[in-house]
Amino acid sequence: MHKPVFMACLLFAAHATHATEPPADPQQQLRDLEQRVRELEADKPATRQVSNNFNPAISLILDGKLSGFSREPDSYVLPGFALGEETGPGDEGLRLGESELIMSSNIDDEFYGQFTAALTPENETEIEEAFIETLALGGGASIKAGRFFSHIGYLNSVHAHAWDFADQPLVYRALLGNQYGDDGVQARWVAPTSVFLELGAELFRGDSFPAGGAANSGKGTHTLFIHMGGDVGADHAWRVGLSRLDADAGNRATGDVNTPDLFTGNSTITGIDLVWKWAPNGNPKQRNFKFQTEYFTRDENGIFDPASSGSPLPYSGTQTGWYAQAVYQFMPRWRVGLRQDRLHADAANAALTGTVLDNTGHEPKRISVMTDFSNSEFSRLRLQFNRDESRAMAKDNQWYLQYVMSLGAHGAHSF
Amino acid sequence: MKIFRLLLAGFLFLIAFPATAEIKVFACEPEWSALAQELGGDKVSVFAATTALQDPHHIEARPSLIARLRQADLLVCTGAELEAGWLPALLRQSGNAAVQPGKAGYFEAANYVQKLEIPARLDRAEGDVHAAGNPHIQTDPRNIGRVAAVLAQRLAEIDPSGATLYRQRQRDFAKRWDAAVERWTKQAAPLRGVPVVVQHKGFPYLENWLGLRQVAALEPKPGVEPTSAHLTAVLEQLQREPARMILRASYSDDRSSEWLAERAKIPAVALPFTVGGSDKAKDLFGLFDDTVQLLLGALK
Repeated sequence: MHKPVFMACLLFAAHATHATEPPADPQQQLRDLEQRVRELEADKPATRQVSNNFNPAISLILDGKLSGFSREPDSYVLPGFALGEETGPGDEGLRLGESELIMSSNIDDEFYGQFTAALTPENETEIEEAFIETLALGGGASIKAGRFFSHIGYLNSVHAHAWDFADQPLVYRALLGNQYGDDGVQARWVAPTSVFLELGAELFRGDSFPAGGAANSGKGTHTLFIHMGGDVGADHAWRVGLSRLDADAGNRATGDVNTPDLFTGNSTITGIDLVWKWAPNGNPKQRNFKFQTEYFTRDENGIFDPASSGSPLPYSGTQTGWYAQAVYQFMPRWRVGLRQDRLHADAANAALTGTVLDNTGHEPKRISVMTDFSNSEFSRLRLQFNRDESRAMAKDNQWYLQYVMSLGAHGAHSF
Repeated sequence: MKIFRLLLAGFLFLIAFPATAEIKVFACEPEWSALAQELGGDKVSVFAATTALQDPHHIEARPSLIARLRQADLLVCTGAELEAGWLPALLRQSGNAAVQPGKAGYFEAANYVQKLEIPARLDRAEGDVHAAGNPHIQTDPRNIGRVAAVLAQRLAEIDPSGATLYRQRQRDFAKRWDAAVERWTKQAAPLRGVPVVVQHKGFPYLENWLGLRQVAALEPKPGVEPTSAHLTAVLEQLQREPARMILRASYSDDRSSEWLAERAKIPAVALPFTVGGSDKAKDLFGLFDDTVQLLLGALK
């Protein structure tokens, strides 16, 4: 109501001040006037907080692949390793990946919540993550509860859409069933130090590979991890981690769905990880380089029942594996990457000959190269080639052409 | 055993970080660390998470930044989604209750100024647009003055024992700053109405202040790298409608602006954009002294 009057006054004021001056350019006068209005409006500070929109931030990840293999993917095995679900090279031909629907928001001033549903290409819905996290415990402490990916290792807690290759390293595939996520609770603490130092522990239900059967009254897995990190000059940043996972398995089923191999016993994983990132002046926009490597060793002790035969055999063995990868963005939007994978399984005793735990004297390995193009930070196209020697005496040439797109809100990525 | 003792000694050394009564300020950008230093003097110790040579949209959520944020009493950032790609990850990993959104220790400068270029249509096909408006508010010194007044209040809220000092330092700063703004505005008078090309749409507040007229941008869409097709189109446009200079921030890659400058025969100017962006931009006063001088220099 007051605005027209106000504008008139302003116009009058503007004329009045210019009355004695020689006639100015009317365009210029208008611009000055607009400027004056803007300044007057600016005197009232706009105390509008962002994210006052109470809806959770929603983001959707679309992922699809065209894959080609020189060996039948159904014949995929890693000799010496009992594999969890969905751990092969995937389907041949055109295939949708998992579509991820992520919703997240601060719940109030004390809690944050996040929900990630994975819709599989088989039209099934899986709750990948659903957790709450404290924001205001203070003193560097945070507690997380619900279903989430364990913070052991480096890549374990990274979502598939943020991977630098189309598939997980072999060591994750073999020892952790791609990624260890389960229902549980986590406590973390960041030390008040100039070098980043974080300690954490988790307790999980123990339903997911390499645990199984929610042993120990539904508290079958516990983990410990320690992370350290810092900068070297402006160009380099690093993080190292040590982790341990201790899982109880009760009739953990792997292999064929109808006549699975069953394992009951204890599974302990120890791992070390290193990430090194480089960017000129710490500005990754033009060029950047990332090197990461992880080593895991797993000890399993218990009884193994091949193909649910009902005659379990004692089993005790150590399996190890590592990967190293380097990804270089050589110009904006374009990256190239190289990855090397190695696995080793102890020779199982004679009674287990012919089962999946028989390493047949083979050490699985794989070398991968990839190049990807990101039109923006929301879209990525990737071409990848694997020279896969997972199987004994059989080389598999694997090709992937993949898209990964993110729609809607785009959460911040961790280091 | 020796190794264990060494490790323990190292750990204790890390823990025994010098304990001081200073207010620890974590600033997302160098302009806010410089401002916090002006207002807090030796009552504050400031840390800038980024440098003038880094693009504040694209920062890695590095472990070193988590460690710094963990110990901060006050976080001072631009806001308006400028840090959306990395700050939330730092905040959630820091375990620091004092600096979470909504707390007194969380300060977004863009909340206290009039924002420009608030998009009427939100569509990612328009590039990396910010729903809250253009976040590069620090290129207009009058915005710095406005933020200074609120930031001094916030410092007083967090550290009541220093309230008088912060108020006094703010009054002193405001006096010097207003005089400087008047001087810069007067010096920059010849720039009014001058047509310019920008690399990234990072200068609307500067243009608004000095009356510069932006006629083209080298990025086809905000945040999208210049393409040769788009640069050629801009060059053709400049032949019809000449501009006087090409502006880029110190962190931007210089190739596309130099390419165009050579062909359009107009100077390319690397503005400091923030404190530390040039040798002369050592503090906030130096930042605008240098900005105005560079612009005037390019006009000759």
